Amino acid sequence: MDLSVTSREESGRTIVEVSGEIDVYTAPTLRERLNELVGAGHHHLVVDMEGVEFLDSTGLGVLVGGLKRVRSHDGSLHLVCQREKILKVFRITGLTKVFPIHDTVADAIAASASVDGAGAAS
Amino acid sequence: MPTIALRFSPLAEHVRTARLVAVSVARRAGFEEGQLDEIRIAIGEACARAVGRTTAGGLVDMRLCDDSSRLEVTVVERGADGEVLPATDENEDPLALALLQGMADDVSVAGSTTLPGVEERRAGVRLAWALSDPAPVTSPGVLHAPQPRQRT
Repeated sequence: MDLSVTSREESGRTIVEVSGEIDVYTAPTLRERLNELVGAGHHHLVVDMEGVEFLDSTGLGVLVGGLKRVRSHDGSLHLVCQREKILKVFRITGLTKVFPIHDTVADAIAASASVDGAGAAS
Repeated sequence: MPTIALRFSPLAEHVRTARLVAVSVARRAGFEEGQLDEIRIAIGEACARAVGRTTAGGLVDMRLCDDSSRLEVTVVERGADGEVLPATDENEDPLALALLQGMADDVSVAGSTTLPGVEERRAGVRLAWALSDPAPVTSPGVLHAPQPRQRT
């Protein structure tokens, strides 16, 4: 219902700021937005979820789909989230092992850049 | 008799309404914020699952019962004739299942359950939560009346 997705460039990364509720009704909007970004060549995403009030399995599926898409372009997808109720959704589904989750956008950008560098070196 | 029963067309936009109703009932029953978050998520999963399984012309049927110590929720799919749809062999989404199991105190899903008032095995999800700290039972009927102010 009330989902907002905006994006901006910062330090060579695309910050996708999501707020509101990500559920079975709104998740397609997020999926479309992520697909557009990846399609337009944005392969290093930082999804800022600090404004997300609710997240369900459909939303998780969209994030997993986004991760797969950026990885197919040698990209990355980092999450920013400190909200316990949202983190719990990632923990219960085992996705904390799949997504790098950071406290701040700055942390995510730093981690994204360093992993990117390490990836290039190996 | 359920405390609240809600039937809705199998459309994704109604799942939020079902969540709001369920959380409202749970809040009045005395559940704390942490438990309300769990209830919100599990009900959302159960109803989204039902929306995906209800055939055209059918309805999703959610029933909530609270008995001062426990909240029980059943979500079933009904066909256009109003009958509960039988369990299907449709694959379960592992993420949705993990959330159902992780968020509810008790959960049974699909053909593995016998729903209250239904003899044979049916489709549907049954969820239950125990009140972590049940409020002492006061006189029924005035549970939500404002407390009179104490004179000092």
